[in-house]
Amino acid sequence: MPNIDLSKTRVRELNAALHQLKPDTNETLWTITNPGGEHSIAAGVDAEVTINIQGNAGYYCGGMNKHATIVVDGSAGQGVGENMMSGLIHVKGDASQSAGATGRGGRLIVDGNASARCGISMKGIDIVVKGDIGHLSAFMGQNGRLVVFGEAGEALGDSLYEARIYVRGPVASLGADCIEKQMRDEHKAELHELLKLSGEAFKVDVAEFRRYGSARKLYNFNIDNAGAY
Amino acid sequence: MCGIAGLFIKNPKLEPQLGELLTKMTSTLCSRGPDSAGFAIYSAGQDGKTKLTIAGPSADYDIATAAEKLRAAVAPKAPTAIHYSHAVLTLTANEARHAREWLEANLPDVNVVSEGHRLEIFKEVGYPDDVAALFGIGAMSGSHGITHTRMATESAVSTDGAHPFSTGADQCLVHNGSLSNHASLRRQLQRDGIKIKTQNDSEVAAGYLTKQMRSGQTLEGALKSCLDDLDGFFTFVVGTEKGFGVLRDPIACKPAVMAETDDYVAFASEYKSLAGLPGISGAKVWEPKPATVYFWERS
Repeated sequence: MPNIDLSKTRVRELNAALHQLKPDTNETLWTITNPGGEHSIAAGVDAEVTINIQGNAGYYCGGMNKHATIVVDGSAGQGVGENMMSGLIHVKGDASQSAGATGRGGRLIVDGNASARCGISMKGIDIVVKGDIGHLSAFMGQNGRLVVFGEAGEALGDSLYEARIYVRGPVASLGADCIEKQMRDEHKAELHELLKLSGEAFKVDVAEFRRYGSARKLYNFNIDNAGAY
Repeated sequence: MCGIAGLFIKNPKLEPQLGELLTKMTSTLCSRGPDSAGFAIYSAGQDGKTKLTIAGPSADYDIATAAEKLRAAVAPKAPTAIHYSHAVLTLTANEARHAREWLEANLPDVNVVSEGHRLEIFKEVGYPDDVAALFGIGAMSGSHGITHTRMATESAVSTDGAHPFSTGADQCLVHNGSLSNHASLRRQLQRDGIKIKTQNDSEVAAGYLTKQMRSGQTLEGALKSCLDDLDGFFTFVVGTEKGFGVLRDPIACKPAVMAETDDYVAFASEYKSLAGLPGISGAKVWEPKPATVYFWERS
């Protein structure tokens, strides 16, 4: 059970040690103390281990994560879980801008608020934010699900592809080509599954959420718009 | 890139530590802006006096001799302090006006970096940790301060291209970002009689705020009008004699994080600058919203 104190060890050394882990490693529980907002903590891990970060992380925490469970007992800076492939990242505080950006898989759970551009260009990741999200979230989201218990900022889902968005609170405005869609039983079931995985099943009523998705009007060039170019 | 740190102290017991805390905060931002650094310090003022901070075109310039000449010409008894490449003269308002005129006529290479009852600005080319040590920022006390580490994008790396920029008596601005319409705005401001010395975009923003306030706007109003008139990316932190304000552009392109406790309000480009502040684990920490003016003022 390695315990790494980042006031004594450099992030580069920590990450080098994490990158050495083999799939059958016995070092499956890592504790990181004094993270002090350092950048790139536990980025690029490719092993089924649990990493507990006791404090606030800087930019790109858990970026590119594969298989690992990373818990931030504090807040995370810009780009937490950026381009993650699988595994779980759980931020117990707030997340800064671009949380889960371009994520291809796995789950990102934020107990507090996430800031602007949450899930920008998401490609398969599931993101659950228990507070609010900022403006331009899920911009050009291609796949995956974004669930928000609180409010969404302006231009939600701008230029959206096939990412699916569920928001319980008010949405300041929808971005281009993002529309509200009917919440059918299959969507309630999908949302229930996501809530279950986040430890919130039956605590939060799926009927309170509204569903947003792509109107699919930006997919193809519309000849009527030719004059605009 | 660039880095900004700001600290506004609410509990006077922390005032002796202002310089030390700001130095530590700035140190964590060296990688964001390794080419120059600057510090605006609001320290105790003397009744009826204004502090004129002057600097030459670079750190090599003999500012002590220049300050001595200036003093002999306009106020032979004025207290003068030399801090590395800058000199601070404590003058009456009248003497300060004469000093500006005398410098323009006799030592045009010397710039007035700041003027004000409480504000002193120290800025220089160099690695931020070194610049802070050369000016002795760590030993300074005061009620609030703003610091900047610069990675130049829009103009030369020089003393007068470093931040903070003075926007008027006891007012200053630091900027993280880049403005796209600074050339046209500079011409317009110059026609309106605002002096802008460098090709720096942030100096234009400072000049713009000066102009808005000269035409009767409050600082808060002037900051709001930035949202209409400035094109580009900006996170601004501004200081006044009693207060401290923050504004981000509508896209919130540049990072910003704030912390507040009963003892202080702090601003930084990254959380790691705040991590060393006393009581930070219990602080309220949040990101300022885009296109929203935040302002704190002492009563």
